[in-house]
Amino acid sequence: MDSDDDFISNMSSEDDVMQDDTDNDDLSAADEEFDVFDDEPDDNPAVTSMKSDKKKGVSFDVSFRVYRPIDVQNQQDEMIDEVNMILEMKKEDAAIMLRHFRWNKERLIEDYMDNPTKVLEAAGLGPSSSRPPELEVIPGFMCDICCEDEDGLLSFAMKCGHRYCADCYRRYLTQKIREEGEAARIQCPTDGCQRIMDSRSLDILLTSDLNERYRELLNRTFVEDKDILKWCPAPDCENAVECGIKKKDLDKVVPTVDCACGHRFCFGCSLNDHQPAPCELVKKWLKKCADDSETANWISANTKECPKCNSTIEKNGGCNHMTCRKCKHEFCWMCMGLWSEHGTAWYNCNRFEEKSGSEARDAQAKSRVSLERYLHYYNRYANHEQSARLDKDMYQKTEKKMVQLQTASGMSWIEVQYLNMASQALQTCRQTLKWTYAFAFYLARNNLTEIFEDNQKDLEMAVEALSEMFEKPITELADAKLKVDMMDKTAYCKKRRVILLDDTADNLANGRWTFSIDLKGLTAGAGSTGPRR
Amino acid sequence: MSSAQKRISKEFQECTTSPPPGMTITLPSETDLHKWSIQLTGPPNTPYANGVFNLTLSLPTEYPFKAPAVNFATRIWHPNVTNDATGNICLSVLKPENWKPASRVKGVLEAVRQLLVEPNPDDPLEARIADEFRTDRAEFDKNARSYVAQYAKAGK
Repeated sequence: MDSDDDFISNMSSEDDVMQDDTDNDDLSAADEEFDVFDDEPDDNPAVTSMKSDKKKGVSFDVSFRVYRPIDVQNQQDEMIDEVNMILEMKKEDAAIMLRHFRWNKERLIEDYMDNPTKVLEAAGLGPSSSRPPELEVIPGFMCDICCEDEDGLLSFAMKCGHRYCADCYRRYLTQKIREEGEAARIQCPTDGCQRIMDSRSLDILLTSDLNERYRELLNRTFVEDKDILKWCPAPDCENAVECGIKKKDLDKVVPTVDCACGHRFCFGCSLNDHQPAPCELVKKWLKKCADDSETANWISANTKECPKCNSTIEKNGGCNHMTCRKCKHEFCWMCMGLWSEHGTAWYNCNRFEEKSGSEARDAQAKSRVSLERYLHYYNRYANHEQSARLDKDMYQKTEKKMVQLQTASGMSWIEVQYLNMASQALQTCRQTLKWTYAFAFYLARNNLTEIFEDNQKDLEMAVEALSEMFEKPITELADAKLKVDMMDKTAYCKKRRVILLDDTADNLANGRWTFSIDLKGLTAGAGSTGPRR
Repeated sequence: MSSAQKRISKEFQECTTSPPPGMTITLPSETDLHKWSIQLTGPPNTPYANGVFNLTLSLPTEYPFKAPAVNFATRIWHPNVTNDATGNICLSVLKPENWKPASRVKGVLEAVRQLLVEPNPDDPLEARIADEFRTDRAEFDKNARSYVAQYAKAGK
């Protein structure tokens, strides 16, 4: 099967990523993509040099692609067309099949070739008659939902033949689309019938605004179904970003991406850029920082994150068998493990709870002792956050300053751009510095830590120096020497930041850091994969 | 809402003329078709036999597009019913992702009764009781019977 997949994927590099991606359980394939971040000790010098060649440039940059909404739509359409041609099925059906297979085209085709009836059934496209669906008036018809039986009642049935009046169908769809945000997996209203509503039936039944919402939700499921795609979290931004970094590699790389809208965020957790700190560390840090507030206490006591999509879930009743409303992931509330693998083993979860309960109590006692240490790092973290905020205000004042400077010094608009550059550098560097403190908090002391702290100190000093220059009054800024100094300092800050991030990312990729916490977290699942060669 | 009224009154009629085995269905208030009360006799050959359980069923205003809610008003020792005054039931057909507008109250009630015949310890609401059901059936039966004796005696 592996070689087959490789053959197919060789035809298009894009498919390669998709294919690999959904094939999560296939560790060997997944690992190959991440060879660069191999954590094995490098006993073979030839391999080492080859690796460092691969890593030319900066090791903290990841490759990614930004998709506009139209690109997302096109990508779906292309795949639908392909399946439509290869398997000779209707486009609506191809779309349903692709969604059922979470857009893993190769697996769909393979499985379909294997057993078309079974696959169609599973995708909710069971046995079909050839007549296209339409609204009909059937004499003597009574709707089983509303129990109306008046003459001339318009009714509708999908290919499964379950007929209801058009009004009930519409109310059902409105409920699903508007209230429950469901789109790709709306089933026939009949108890036990798994037939999926296809887009042509929806076209017949839906009003245009509801149809629009439906399309929007469909687009959303396309992005959410695929692990290599993520929405840009910036407000009002409709772009999606593609990045091949897998969840299980998040302890080795911090995948910051740049959306076309200008928002820089982490592909791993969708938070704002938090390099050099890895996602799990950030999550723990933020949780820790928020621990004082009642809300945080409530959240930690009453909610958990879906192990698959990280949506925060509040359990407000019901049993331990959880189904995430967003991604439909089924898991056990107790141990957060897969429900399907759970079988009859929930008994162990009961025990797990007892154990983790005592662990939690131990952890609490420890945290009090380390409170002082925590505050050291927190204060510095918070200080940079605060300064970054002030610098941001400053950035808004920068433009004014630049105008003033033009009149004071006779410099042109282009010539005062260095102020803008300085302001931007300050922001980025402070963002990085901020996270170096969270990073350092969880770091065990060794030689590497000292190098890290030196780098941190260098960057911090450079940033403070630049910040000071930046705040000088216009009269002093007009001095040509200060301009040169500032440009130099800006360049220096940027360079120090790159050095720090490069060093941290490199050590992270090679597993050289020793943290006081487990970066795999509960969510990473895959865990260590053991020796591979 | 008239369409829902029609459906609900039809369903109520069906349920009262041919109720699921061992059930009596009444309306606590003649004017409110959305609140039903159910009296359920414990199925024979189960530890619940001869017990009389009161349940409430409420139909949301969006019914049948949203699932009804069913609760045990009588305390019961069961893996899938919360062991408290609320008497919540874990029933897959009532979950929003499983409920279909063509699903019927009668089907729900039959499923509730079936839950007494066959508890489902793999989807427990009360892990402790499910554990007991699985590992020490004699003790479970004893507890269930003592709950019946304490809370679900006929005429109580």
